[in-house]
Amino acid sequence: MTQAALVIDNLKKIYASGTEALKGVSLTVPAGDFFGLLGPNGAGKTTVLGIVTGLVNKTAGTVSVFGCDIDKEPEKAKAHIGLVGQEINFNPFEKPFDIVVNQAGYYGIPRSVAIPRAKKLLVDLGLGDKMTQKAMTLSGGMKRRLMIARALVHQPRFLILDEPTAGVDVELRRGMWEYLRALTKEGLTILLTTHYLEEAEQLCRHIAIINKGQIISNGSMKDILKKLKSETISIDLTQPVTSNALDALRAYGPKKVDDTTIEIEIGAGRGLHDAIMILDQHHLAVQSVRNKSGKLEEVFVKLINE
Amino acid sequence: MGASGNWISFYTMVRKDIVRMFRIWVQTFLPSVVTSVLYFLIFGTVLGSKIGDMQGVPYMTFVVPGLVMLAIVTTSYANTSFMFFASKFFARSIDEILVSPTPPWVIIAGFIGGGIVRGMLVGVLVLLVSLFFTGLHLAVHNVVIIFCFAILTALIFALAGLVNGVYAKSIDGINIIPTFVLTPLVYLGGVFYSVHVLPPWWQTITYADPLFYLVNGFRYGFLGITDISLLMSVGILLGMVVVLIAINWYLIRKGLGVKQ
Ligand SMILES: Nc1ncnc2c1ncn2[C@@H]1O[C@H](COP(=O)(O)OP(=O)(O)O)[C@@H](O)[C@H]1O
Ligand SMILES: [Mg+2]
Repeated sequence: MTQAALVIDNLKKIYASGTEALKGVSLTVPAGDFFGLLGPNGAGKTTVLGIVTGLVNKTAGTVSVFGCDIDKEPEKAKAHIGLVGQEINFNPFEKPFDIVVNQAGYYGIPRSVAIPRAKKLLVDLGLGDKMTQKAMTLSGGMKRRLMIARALVHQPRFLILDEPTAGVDVELRRGMWEYLRALTKEGLTILLTTHYLEEAEQLCRHIAIINKGQIISNGSMKDILKKLKSETISIDLTQPVTSNALDALRAYGPKKVDDTTIEIEIGAGRGLHDAIMILDQHHLAVQSVRNKSGKLEEVFVKLINE
Repeated sequence: MGASGNWISFYTMVRKDIVRMFRIWVQTFLPSVVTSVLYFLIFGTVLGSKIGDMQGVPYMTFVVPGLVMLAIVTTSYANTSFMFFASKFFARSIDEILVSPTPPWVIIAGFIGGGIVRGMLVGVLVLLVSLFFTGLHLAVHNVVIIFCFAILTALIFALAGLVNGVYAKSIDGINIIPTFVLTPLVYLGGVFYSVHVLPPWWQTITYADPLFYLVNGFRYGFLGITDISLLMSVGILLGMVVVLIAINWYLIRKGLGVKQ
């Protein structure tokens, strides 16, 4: 059996304020995996990552990273991890080059080794010409990439990213995905939390969904998607929809969005093809058809509302 | 991380702080020099002539070790309390160290390291300034003792500053303690006078003041005069060091003020 990168067992956290942020979270991230931890705001994602990386004290439960228990061998466990936190947490007056080289130092890596590594990482992440400017002059996306460089400088086996693409524009987001994908190909295990379900769908092999401090679903992306029993499809018509046509589509739970747009539910026994045939019978031509939202988003909304 | 890893992490923390303090030397080194010039002018030149001798030496000569000590105390304390507070309060860059495999005792060493270096450098600067006021005449009785007591002072107050930095919840939190605790310790610990001039009950209180032992030992290094046994002083001071390290170790390991 290959060793798991992360094993979390019955993790509980009650903050000093009395907030019960985690109510017994158990989770395993296989080595080499690209794992997504999803959940709405306040679900407890950052709390889980905080405990794993040593920034938050847990109330109960156990955590081990590549077999190292975070209580018994905290230093060994930490050496395996690189963290890209949710909030910007570098000194804005320092320069990216110094930030990355110093981070290597905290991991016991001498400057002679750290300097070339830091340069390469910063160049690879598109910060080559910003290395010696104050970090506060970087844009939001650049700051995030600086945090990725900083998290990778000690060559961890396990990279943890807490909403790394929040506030990063679409173009750059895709570039970041490519970069992360390439890293997993080299054997790095990645755990990320995200708000963008499209992101999880694109990147992750396994996902867990957390809500109100509890894991409500956990498995391979494929299995989770199977939980989707029906899909909402949005159809644009060339002409206004008639009430007769809507009546004929009754089995599909039709919703009129505007004159020429309807939404229907397709699923077992209710194929898209049949729906289009019905529209055709009512002399309504279809201009375009699209999934109303990413598939995962629907599962997500469903699971959370259950 | 083995011993070499810990050493590199410690070196990284201290190096970073030294680079910082030299970059902003106007804020880190100059103020103590200016303050000490004022003290020398007022206590040494203006008042000193009225006071005359203290323990058999001219007042100016008597007060030099005390003022050097004062500079070391305030500087090393301010450096660690501010550095720790700043790293948890502004931008939370303390996370950089907390997520790393740097163990708590190395974190403590790293933070106080910068404070000790800056405290000692400021001490040397104030000593150089004093040469100007004493007409390049500096009494030196025992250099080793001077150095030991200077280091002990920087160590104790850097450690105390770290405790302050851990507990501080706002910038006021690192300014209040120096005003209400550090200043009285300095003024009552014999920086400006020999405790023998105090009434007996007051002398007894002085024995709880670490500065009393530090100033006394330091002054001995320069002038060869002492109010109490040096060996006992060192014993008491080392005891204080051990207690302060233990407190810091507990606080940093638990992550007070930095881990939720
Ligand atoms: N430092 C804190 N003190 C008190 N409550 C907190 C703290 N951090 C987070 N919480 C609470 O814990 C819960 C989980 O928060 P968090 O882990 O940040 O969620 P997520 O990252 O999924 O948005 C929320 O109810 C949040 O308000
Ligand atoms: Mg979060």
